[in-house]
Amino acid sequence: MNDVSAKLRRIRALTLKETRQIVRDPSSIAIGVVFPLMMILLFGYGMSLDVTRVAVAVVDEDASSDSAALIGDFQLSPYFGVTVVHSMAEAKTLVMSRKADGALVIPSDFTRRLHSGEAEIQILVNGTDANEARIMQAYAQGPVAKWSLEQPRSGGSTSAGPVIVVDRMWFNESNDSHYFLVPGLIVLVMTIIGAFLTAMVVAREWERGTLEALFVTPMRAGEFLVSKFLPYFGLGMIGFVLCLLAGQFLFHVPLRGSLSLLCLASIIYLLVALGIGLLVSTLVKSQFLASQLAMLLTFLPAMMLSGFLFDLRSMPAFIQGITYALPARYAVALMQTIYLAGDVGSVVWPNMLVLSAMAAALMVLTRLATRKRLS
Amino acid sequence: MTSSLLRILALIRKEFLAVLKDPRSRFIIFLPPILQCLIFGYAASFDLNSVPYALLDQDNSVASADLLSRIDGSGVFRRQADLDKTKDASTWIDSSRAILVIEIDQNFQRNLLAGEPAQVQVIADGRNSNTAGTALGYFGRVVDDFNADWRSKHSLPGPPIRAVIRSWYNPNLDSRWSMIPSLIGTLTMMGTLMLTALSVAREREQGTFDQLLVTPFRPFEIMVGKAVPNMVIGLTQATTILLIAQFWFRIPFVGSFAVLYAGLGLFLMAAVGLGLFVSSIAKTMQQAMLYAFLLVMPFALLSGLMTPINSMPDFLQSATVINPLRYALDLTKRVYLEDAGFAQLWPDFLPLTLIGSATLAGAAWLFSRRLT
Repeated sequence: MNDVSAKLRRIRALTLKETRQIVRDPSSIAIGVVFPLMMILLFGYGMSLDVTRVAVAVVDEDASSDSAALIGDFQLSPYFGVTVVHSMAEAKTLVMSRKADGALVIPSDFTRRLHSGEAEIQILVNGTDANEARIMQAYAQGPVAKWSLEQPRSGGSTSAGPVIVVDRMWFNESNDSHYFLVPGLIVLVMTIIGAFLTAMVVAREWERGTLEALFVTPMRAGEFLVSKFLPYFGLGMIGFVLCLLAGQFLFHVPLRGSLSLLCLASIIYLLVALGIGLLVSTLVKSQFLASQLAMLLTFLPAMMLSGFLFDLRSMPAFIQGITYALPARYAVALMQTIYLAGDVGSVVWPNMLVLSAMAAALMVLTRLATRKRLS
Repeated sequence: MTSSLLRILALIRKEFLAVLKDPRSRFIIFLPPILQCLIFGYAASFDLNSVPYALLDQDNSVASADLLSRIDGSGVFRRQADLDKTKDASTWIDSSRAILVIEIDQNFQRNLLAGEPAQVQVIADGRNSNTAGTALGYFGRVVDDFNADWRSKHSLPGPPIRAVIRSWYNPNLDSRWSMIPSLIGTLTMMGTLMLTALSVAREREQGTFDQLLVTPFRPFEIMVGKAVPNMVIGLTQATTILLIAQFWFRIPFVGSFAVLYAGLGLFLMAAVGLGLFVSSIAKTMQQAMLYAFLLVMPFALLSGLMTPINSMPDFLQSATVINPLRYALDLTKRVYLEDAGFAQLWPDFLPLTLIGSATLAGAAWLFSRRLT
């Protein structure tokens, strides 16, 4: 009985020391509070895949009333800023100097072929930014399609096509990108606080020699780890709550699943992140190496290999294989599903199970690694 | 003058030794950029090449079979299941086993033959609305092809204007071609800034910085001694990524190395200057690391790497004016893919020169102030 209370007292003292170290170090607070806020701001307001206005150089080789009308449609479109030029060379110069993103060429046989219903126009996009080029390509269909509807033709049928596609996007009817950014953001923030920050805490004590000072105290390895664990767990949860509030009140992302399940998933993922951070820190004993490793093992995968931004199913098989070994993909699947689809058992439980197993394995490994060093 | 130069050279040598003699730190300087380059190259793409879908064909006609053979023959769509009722759609979408559920109306063929609009309904998993949008776009293209064929087979008039799209500098619009050249700047900046910030913080934490201060070194010399090795390491990292881009990913480099390295040199001045700036604020390695990270994140996100700058809100767009990475990305991509020269690139060179000299000068000032 006395043993237990002594143990608790030691843990309390060490946790207090660690917490003070966090509170008194402005950089910990920066990563715990400033980082989530910064990410919310950048992802919430800065990241948009829509190109708002494309500058396009128009070469009108036809110079007819029909070509003028088509140019007029491009000018009216909110997506295009039109500059009319006289030759391809001129258009290319504009594109090279970044005054135009692409070019539209109306060939000299435009009017003639329009009457037989087979006119062609050329859209030249600058492929240096492939995404931007693709979006421009899609936008350009707008004025062209509108033209198709307006021009009277002999056939009498509508140009809407024999088959029409009626599409619906479930879970995100209005196609609001905040809906998938906010759940991913929670994973990113917890990864940084959990793994990146803690990767340095044990290594720091090694580098400074303060760990040896702790060796001579009656402290046990387990107690040492718990005291390292608790304060950063608290910091991670602060980040989580900030993201949760931003999602709710700033970006109005609906939480369709249950809050308790979301919290549970976040807690388990935070345990995994903390586990990786502490394990790396214990094994590597150098702050620089530990932080770089933590970055490679956690932050990069959370950003790139999690399904947060890029679809996992389209990655090469060996990259997909790697993603199964990393916790981020399970966390992102959980967050996106609980947030947007609801408590779908077939997604929630398997992912939760994998993360719990990872958390447990990491705890055991860290505990083993620490005992070895202390004896 | 010569003695000053000699002192700087000695410091540079010492700095290289400190970084390169430890095999683990050698490893960590070159491994992350290589790994990151490969992972970004393979993973960071909004293109889809595998779209699992579930089918609900209520028509089972010749026409619907024709449409389906086009879908399955596209190489992108992978049919996971044939459903019997609309209700099943939610099971497949909810469990993420299908991105799309394609439902062909029971009057599909009859409407087609009667010249009425024939409907295909598509449900997309909007949990990642970006992926869903791309998948819908691909599906739309398959249907467009079907329509064009149907029209010509049944001698219906087609749309009066056809837009033919060609792409300059990146003929297949492969997003890897724009992503990987961008990594030259991004990964080099992350590496160099952190390394510089940490090299001073490490000496401070280990107490060797005080020893450096009692030597005849002037603050300026110490700064140059710290800056030059890190710039050299940065250039080596950039070259590594350039080689991977050319020889692993086989993206043809059409530009001039002189222009590229001139730009990278200026950019690395800015990166090293920012690193020194961080190190003069940070008291410990942890602080240096975290501040450097907090600085690099907005630079990377507001550079145009992931999302275009001109679709950001105005206040963020103006903030990118001081972002050296923004200019470095534009410069490397344009030299790499377009063979742009100094004449086209001065809008990148000018700000890079300004930012590079401003950060280095600022770092020098802070450095000497903290030392005296």
